[in-house]
Amino acid sequence: MVSANTELTYNSKIEGDVIVSRADSVINWIRSNSMWPMPMGLACCAIELMATGASRFDIARFGAEVMRFSPKQADVMIVAGTVTYKMSSALRRIYDQMAEPKWVIAMGACASTGGMYRSYAVLQGVDRIVPVDVYVSGCPPRPEALLDALIKLQEKVKREPSASKLFSA
Amino acid sequence: MPAALEAITAVKGRWAGVTDRPSLDHPALNVPAPDLPAVLRSLRDEHGFDMLVDVSGVDWAVGASPRFTVVYHVFSTAGHEYVRVAADCADNAFPEVPTATAIWPGANWHEREAYDMYGIRFAGHPDLRRILMWDEYPHFPLRKDFPLAGIETELPDAEVVAETKTGAIAAPMMGGPFVASQGEINLTDAEPRAKDESWTERRPKPDA
Repeated sequence: MVSANTELTYNSKIEGDVIVSRADSVINWIRSNSMWPMPMGLACCAIELMATGASRFDIARFGAEVMRFSPKQADVMIVAGTVTYKMSSALRRIYDQMAEPKWVIAMGACASTGGMYRSYAVLQGVDRIVPVDVYVSGCPPRPEALLDALIKLQEKVKREPSASKLFSA
Repeated sequence: MPAALEAITAVKGRWAGVTDRPSLDHPALNVPAPDLPAVLRSLRDEHGFDMLVDVSGVDWAVGASPRFTVVYHVFSTAGHEYVRVAADCADNAFPEVPTATAIWPGANWHEREAYDMYGIRFAGHPDLRRILMWDEYPHFPLRKDFPLAGIETELPDAEVVAETKTGAIAAPMMGGPFVASQGEINLTDAEPRAKDESWTERRPKPDA
């Protein structure tokens, strides 16, 4: 007879005090479930970013509610809005000040490609100046789209060879 | 007679070079650039036009003379009337008019913007730097001979340029320019989007 295992958590009385896993999965599990965003709000997308952080959509459900206005404490830069050439140098410097590991979400049409601003003043896609992990379409994207991007980024982080990167250097 | 009409009549009587300017809405004046500060001060102190609403520039065309005009809108907060004052720049290559910052400190940023976009210099301005584009930017973007897509230019931060190997480029205009459709009731149809897809970055635009 097979007894149903109703235990959802690790029970040290049954399984002992040892957990066997891979370093990659442990590190990535930790990283992906508490990604602190750097809210790089530059235009109307920032309003949707705020809505994503507020109670109805609640980015805290995915462990990314700690918006850090200091790049030193942030893991993922959410570029929300139109990046002008004048702002682009500041954006790159903020990215450089973020500690590794770090990721970038380009939120909305402007951050992804320059959007409708085909003009002399606007950077034609933030990927010209920082490496982007996830692009979100929309003008502006709905909060659900940003949450979807965050989940996609978490899935991407979970596939990274973190341990070899950490311990090979 | 409204105060605005009285004011422009008085100003025309006092300065010989001041003439009427064709206008569909507010009373308007053409003023020779050297008389500009005195006329604006008179409008403020003697006729109650105490608020400077905006300062803007006009580039008429590349070959036009005068090529550049500066336009001021002044408003009377007591009489609720506007007067428009326009001054042509004598020199087409290095346009210059006297500053109005001594009369309205609020003219400061307006004039910096006109300088940034058109290259019109305001003599006597306390801090005539660019206000929208970065300081080293070599062009004046709202001039008629400047393309909408922009001109390839270096970014201001040398370290960032060295790291990213990128600069300000001419924006891809494929299918553009991306302008809204005027007079469209349906806002979805009026949105800015590609209007002309007969050409691409690789295929030249067919002659009209």
